[in-house]
Amino acid sequence: MAVTQEAQSVLSKETTLEMYWTMLLARRLDERAWVLHRQGKIAFHISGIGHEAAQVGAAFALRRGSDWFVPYYRDLALLLALGMTPTEFMLGLMGKKGEPNSGARQMPSHWSLRRANVVSHSSPVSTQTTHAAGIGLAMKLRGDDGVAITSVGEGGTSQGEWYEGVNWAAVHKLPVIFFVENNNYAISVRRELQMGVDSVADKAKGLGLVGVSVDGLNVQEVYRVVSEAAKRARTGEGPTLVEARVNRMTPHSSDDDDRTYRSKEELDVMKRDDPLTRFQAQLIEDGLLDQEQADAMDARAKKAVDEATKHAAEAPYPSDEEATYPVYVEDVRHD
Amino acid sequence: MTEITLIEGLRQAMDEELARDEDVFIVGEDVGPRGGVFRATMGLFEKYGAERVMDSPLAELSIVGVGIGAALYGMRPICEIQFADFIHPAFNQIVSEAAKMCYRSNGDWTVPMVIRAPYGGGIGGGLYHSQSVESFFAHVPGLKVVIPSTPYDAKGLLKSAVRDPNPVMVFEPKKGYRLIKGDVPEDEEVLVPLGKAKVTREGTDLSVFAYGMMHHYCLEAAETLAGEGVQVEVVDLRSLLPLDKAAVLESVRKTGKALVVYEDNLTCGYGAEIAAIVADEGFTFLDAPVKRLAGPDVPAMPYSHPLQDWFMLNPDKIAAAMSDLAAY
Repeated sequence: MAVTQEAQSVLSKETTLEMYWTMLLARRLDERAWVLHRQGKIAFHISGIGHEAAQVGAAFALRRGSDWFVPYYRDLALLLALGMTPTEFMLGLMGKKGEPNSGARQMPSHWSLRRANVVSHSSPVSTQTTHAAGIGLAMKLRGDDGVAITSVGEGGTSQGEWYEGVNWAAVHKLPVIFFVENNNYAISVRRELQMGVDSVADKAKGLGLVGVSVDGLNVQEVYRVVSEAAKRARTGEGPTLVEARVNRMTPHSSDDDDRTYRSKEELDVMKRDDPLTRFQAQLIEDGLLDQEQADAMDARAKKAVDEATKHAAEAPYPSDEEATYPVYVEDVRHD
Repeated sequence: MTEITLIEGLRQAMDEELARDEDVFIVGEDVGPRGGVFRATMGLFEKYGAERVMDSPLAELSIVGVGIGAALYGMRPICEIQFADFIHPAFNQIVSEAAKMCYRSNGDWTVPMVIRAPYGGGIGGGLYHSQSVESFFAHVPGLKVVIPSTPYDAKGLLKSAVRDPNPVMVFEPKKGYRLIKGDVPEDEEVLVPLGKAKVTREGTDLSVFAYGMMHHYCLEAAETLAGEGVQVEVVDLRSLLPLDKAAVLESVRKTGKALVVYEDNLTCGYGAEIAAIVADEGFTFLDAPVKRLAGPDVPAMPYSHPLQDWFMLNPDKIAAAMSDLAAY
């Protein structure tokens, strides 16, 4: 994104609908990924269904184009908000040549988008937390007024790495937002076996930073909380720990079967509080959208997904030779 | 030319690089007012301030992880790990993150960072202040690994490491910090390229490959052997990754015999790779089996003085191995 998109203090109708569109597009892409996996057309998918409101609320609260993002693997909606295209996502899903995250080296949903300051992350959880602290440190050393946000699941907050990163930011009052998408499950292990506190936000008390817990199914609430965190960061008041309470409405990944550890009833409850349908209902109630317009948007999203899928399916795979580089900066090819 | 110690070479390198490039900063435990527990950063806090010579929390992985983040943003961190033995908590950051960043992002993200760590025994450090950890990291594509053994190379390699766009690990032979002295020019820039070995003693009867403190012991042992009429060629590898393979093979071609000396325990130590390369690509040059002389396969170096001496190689042990190979 060439132009920095500023967060607004009051969301305009246009921006509100753009948020809805981003959530909708993420949902339809994610659903298609599951279908492609069941059809045997892709090897792996890891889902963000149920997390869309949290991610979109956070992204829109920041300066997209100049702030820095250090995400984790469930952040499809976040990446779309930052300008990743449906085709780029599909190219990554299929491991096709030139996909922007890694040139088809990493598994799908291991994000990186240099043009949007989205930093590459790996699979071991919470390794990115200290990177966000380091980016925040560099911003402070250079006197830049940027903010770095890093996301992770609540399971990731059990890692020593996570504490070390948050501690650094608290010690030096760095402009970092630690955004935890708490869906109560780390694959199959419930929150009660991850932590001795009820809310991830409580962990902030022991580390010396502000901790806030927010309904992560409410995109506007997340927007408000992350906007405040960003303001705190930019005015030198230091980092914020934000827990967004979300639902993981799917298995952990395409290799998981959540029927082995949670009930259908539990999933039914989640589906009744789907962040996408909740937002749509609210927009209709507020008069920003009618059902006909909502249906048209859905049709447009499905068309975008169809086109992206087709484009990616027809795209070539990388050649074997591409696996040989770039091990070192000297090997980077700019073609 | 002025004679300085190895650690002074390192200090000068950091001083000059801090002065040259404002993106360079040092981060580590006790590197600030204390000047480092070995005094490698002595005087730099006073000269450059708390933001460029930064004391870290006592958490090694965060030193590396925060360094990676700063490097991603465009800074040039020099991370100090107080003892190589304490680098293991940071293994995930070094191996999973720093080493793979360029490859996994197809070059979009890179980590121009230096990690310095004192390594090696002989100082009464026991199990956890004596380890040689270089082979763990020399196994990892995406990293560069260097080990200086002279003040000149310490200064020149560290300065080159700071300027390198990749993550570079500099392991420093701590026993030699003050023991090893050498001439370094005052009025010219000292830069030693990464990836180049150096023949430090010419010989015709056998080649010895070593680095760090063991390189000095090999020079001493070679002097002893010269008195017995055996001419040993000593090669200081200096750079373990990338390795100067051509220099290794060239020396073996000349002498026909190869002895690899390393302080780490024998099995899967770095010298095993040198032995494998010589056996594989230099077989026709050889007049004798490739030999390795290394530490014993016990978990780490014991503290008690006689036990430490039992573990450590020394010039006598090395001279004996040289004599055996020369007589083959």
